[in-house]
Amino acid sequence: MPARDSLRSLVLSVLILVVLLLAWHIATIPTTGAQVVDEEYAKLVGAQAATGQKSAFPTPLDVGKKLVEQLSDPFYDRGPNDKGIGIQLAWSISRVGLGFLLAAVVAIPLGFVIGMSRVVFKALDPFIQVLKPISPLAWMPLALFTLKDSNISAIFVIFICSVWPMLINTAFGVASVRKEWMDVSRTLEVNPLRKAFLVVLPAAAPTIMTGMRISIGIAWLVIVAAEMLVGGTGIGYFVWNEWNNLSIANILVAVFLIGVIGMMLDMMFARLQKAVTYRD
Amino acid sequence: MTHFLQVQGLKKAYPATGKTGELVVFEDISFDIDKGEFVCIIGHSGCGKTTILNVLAGLEQPTDGHAFVDGREVSGPSLDRGVVFQSHALMPWMTVRQNIAFAVRSKWPDWTEHQVQSHVQQFIDMVHLQGSENKKPSQLSGGMKQRVGIARAFSIQPKMLLLDEPFGALDALTRGNIQDELLTIMQQTRQTVFMITHDVDEAILLSDKIFLMSNGPRAQLAEIVANPLPRDRTRASMHHDPKYYEVRNHLIDFLVHRSKTYSTH
Repeated sequence: MPARDSLRSLVLSVLILVVLLLAWHIATIPTTGAQVVDEEYAKLVGAQAATGQKSAFPTPLDVGKKLVEQLSDPFYDRGPNDKGIGIQLAWSISRVGLGFLLAAVVAIPLGFVIGMSRVVFKALDPFIQVLKPISPLAWMPLALFTLKDSNISAIFVIFICSVWPMLINTAFGVASVRKEWMDVSRTLEVNPLRKAFLVVLPAAAPTIMTGMRISIGIAWLVIVAAEMLVGGTGIGYFVWNEWNNLSIANILVAVFLIGVIGMMLDMMFARLQKAVTYRD
Repeated sequence: MTHFLQVQGLKKAYPATGKTGELVVFEDISFDIDKGEFVCIIGHSGCGKTTILNVLAGLEQPTDGHAFVDGREVSGPSLDRGVVFQSHALMPWMTVRQNIAFAVRSKWPDWTEHQVQSHVQQFIDMVHLQGSENKKPSQLSGGMKQRVGIARAFSIQPKMLLLDEPFGALDALTRGNIQDELLTIMQQTRQTVFMITHDVDEAILLSDKIFLMSNGPRAQLAEIVANPLPRDRTRASMHHDPKYYEVRNHLIDFLVHRSKTYSTH
């Protein structure tokens, strides 16, 4: 894209952001006029909001302030229900990382075997087809029951949701390695191990990496829900906890950061994908 | 066994399906090639040339018949037989050097890095690709890619070479240049070669014997034409030889007329 077009799209992006923030601001402007409200409700949402002078939904400025506040001290720890957002994100990222890594360790070699052999592929296909569409959260009670540890259960849920895209893409990538490359390896009498690492793996790497990129995206989606269920730590628990505190501003800060981290994870894998992609 | 390569009664057929009977691509193919001979095989599409080459390479099994190379029956692919594929078949994630080194290391796994690299360089020089060693195939022209394919096949110093229409996808000028190079290399190395081509001039320029296949299905090896031109022929002077037109006309007549009607049945 020429530099001129890049600049134009940047200007347009900024413009859209300004419009959105402005709309948000106008929608949350305090209205005058006193109303009789329930005393309990007033205590809960604050007197101003309860009387309608101030919307219960925070203004962009409120959220901005909260964001700065959270980011200026992200790692404080004042007991189980009051930890910095950095600590919570670190918990989530480490659970996703661990579950994802375990899934890769299982899915990539298994996908290799499936991709290499029509028989194994046909034998395992019905299992994959049934297991794949199960919501990862449906495994949660079983995981809690068998593993008896909420943290490990959350990691298991990440494992089970990341394993399928990687498994299927690896198998597909390995199965569709071009015949001519396999023929070259055969005429050169390349031993199976060298063939696997020097021919099949690099040939299938872009497809495998696409699977990994899909997996990390799904894992990051699922971790929020999983942590809402298991509680204790993590950004999902943070969101749920702030809902109980009725701090909409904090929830919005968390929602924004979940998006940013998700984007960063995706960009990371996009880079890796680019690094292993070859031009024919 | 007196000949370096012997093919006896080769047949390829695909089993009958519900509607059609057994489909015989070719049958009764028998021929010999001596050490140091360059053989071209010409025939229309569908006569099974590539299948014959794949059988010699060990990549495909014939329905019937046998192929022997150097006194041993071909039972699978081997480093004794180098193959140059029509589609060059280079690994796109490897550089020119890495592609050739991959073959060299397969043949001599115990060699040191230095031995491998100097051997690779020798074959890069042979096909005049100095300066492109670290390029990926996608950065090379079609002719250069096929040169790498040829260098890779030669680098393992096989007992014989199998070339599956290696210049088919190249433009006429590039093809001429690579033919010249191949001719020079052949005159130096005296390799035994079995090559598929569609190009009559290419066959006359390069080969000692030309095998003519009749049309499929049930294709046969119809004729074996010995090249009457001297071995030191060149692309530049070949067409001045009076025998050139004689053999060229004979080959073209075969392809245009006799290949359709040829039958021993």
